[in-house]
Amino acid sequence: MLTPLKEFATDIRIQQMEEFKARGFGHVGGSLSITDCLAALYGGIMRIDPKNPNWEDRDRLVVSKGHSGPALYAALALKGYFPLETLKTLNQNGTTLPSHCDRNLTPGVDMTTGSLGQGASTACGMALGLKLSGKDSRVYLILGDGECQEGQVWEMALFAAQHKLGNFIAFLDYNKRQLDGYVTDICDLEDPAAKFESFNWYVKRIKGDDPDKIYETILETQKNQKDRPAMIVLDTVKGGGVKQIEDTTLNHHLNMTTELADEIIKQLIKQKEG
Amino acid sequence: MFKCIYNGEKETKAGKTVFGETIRKMIEEDPQVVYLDADLMNSIGTSGLEKSFPNQVIEVGIQEANMAGLSGGLSAVGKKPFMHTFASFAGRRCYDQVFISIAYAKNNVRVIGSDPGITSAYNGGTHMPFEDICLYRAIPHSTVIEFTDSAMTAALLPVIKERPGLTYCRLSRKNCIAIYSEDSVFEPGVANILRDGKDAVIFACGYMVSESLKAAETLEKEGISTAVVDMFTIKPLDTAKVLEFAEKTGAVVTAENGNVVGGLGAAVAGFLSETRPTPVIRVGVKDEFGQVGTPEYLAGVYGLTPADVVAAVKKSISLKK
Repeated sequence: MLTPLKEFATDIRIQQMEEFKARGFGHVGGSLSITDCLAALYGGIMRIDPKNPNWEDRDRLVVSKGHSGPALYAALALKGYFPLETLKTLNQNGTTLPSHCDRNLTPGVDMTTGSLGQGASTACGMALGLKLSGKDSRVYLILGDGECQEGQVWEMALFAAQHKLGNFIAFLDYNKRQLDGYVTDICDLEDPAAKFESFNWYVKRIKGDDPDKIYETILETQKNQKDRPAMIVLDTVKGGGVKQIEDTTLNHHLNMTTELADEIIKQLIKQKEG
Repeated sequence: MFKCIYNGEKETKAGKTVFGETIRKMIEEDPQVVYLDADLMNSIGTSGLEKSFPNQVIEVGIQEANMAGLSGGLSAVGKKPFMHTFASFAGRRCYDQVFISIAYAKNNVRVIGSDPGITSAYNGGTHMPFEDICLYRAIPHSTVIEFTDSAMTAALLPVIKERPGLTYCRLSRKNCIAIYSEDSVFEPGVANILRDGKDAVIFACGYMVSESLKAAETLEKEGISTAVVDMFTIKPLDTAKVLEFAEKTGAVVTAENGNVVGGLGAAVAGFLSETRPTPVIRVGVKDEFGQVGTPEYLAGVYGLTPADVVAAVKKSISLKK
């Protein structure tokens, strides 16, 4: 039997596959690798109200690697922000679910992202604004590893520590692969945990494939970060949770045939049924 | 609504002094105002505000891209951010962040770019923005304003505070030539007729407003009646006034302290060519980089003097059918 969070993560994967199947292609690899993190966040960590997506006192999430929108949309639909049927409109003409996250189109999406590095600053600005207003809402941020090649991320890292943003938790989806290949071959991050530690962040590094472990680590981080921004480095696999995608060398953006999607969905349902 | 007090004299207060005073006043009156700066508070008259108002004034440090993103995020949680840097950096250094995190994301942010065009003087070519108007005009749904003098700065900043979307404002730090009385009221998008005329019209903004008024005085002595309209809102363009004066005079000149590529002149010429084809002569920098020098010297180098405006007016009249 899967735990409730693992079951939620599996459902998010199944619904992503429905999205990619309907459109025939998409940013599959990086959507799958943030799925367990999303399951933890929407499975109880975040203070939200799907009936009132713009609730002033909610927690916020910025998926700065905006191309992972399909994973976020699946989580939001499963939480009831919009009907599951809407997921089949991913990237269709006139859709509310574009390839990259758009806060003006999709209920529950807190920030428009897609130009890499920028979600780091907007999330940080939200955390700053909430702190200045004396609110107790938290801001969560998901960064990509390739994305951390952008200088803007490190501008934000300096700033967030300087301004003691203890209401701010970032995740690094360290799946080691970017569009053109392996991060180590292109512009290596080496030890991102050490880097953020040296920027005076509260840092944890864990395997990113277990939503229960991620959940527990977030709670522990909230307790211990005090007035420091926090970085949870998630060692993930691009395409994580779906063997066929994990094994595809260049899996940033993939074609998704109906046959392959159905095969994957079948496999995921089987996992759920144990 | 406004009173033109132009007599060729400079204002007693520097632009940066009035800017600092106005920002302070807005912070005191509205707890949602947040002012951000990228290590230029000492240059723009806001120094010390971060100590008096730590919850509303953020010294970001030298990171314009991050500052633009922070401003977008602050807007998303209900704040009213104003961010300042030199106009050169406001345009070139954080363009994608302003474009995506502010404008495309529909956040409400006011970007203040100081030292427009030749007024950056001794900071030279690296700091001399001739392109910022063009860059900000190209962002969909943006508002682009150039404060003509300090009276306008003080009056318009509180209006812009409530304006939705992205608003970019060019601001001179120095003492401008006084154009408006202190009790003048301005409305974004509504151009001000400073001087009427029947033979030609000059649509000017910023530094070139006073230079155009000087030119009109010279032309009057030669028997050429020239209107001068202050186009302080470059976008959205006051097309009604452009059309009215193009029809009335049949000879149009534009004058701006920046590159003619994509600037005020391009906006006016583009509108007229589609609406009422009229000769338009553009006074401005002709696709050049900046350099070190006094504004007076640079005005001569780049063709931004009253004499250049006079020549342009005569040329536009000669092209009338």
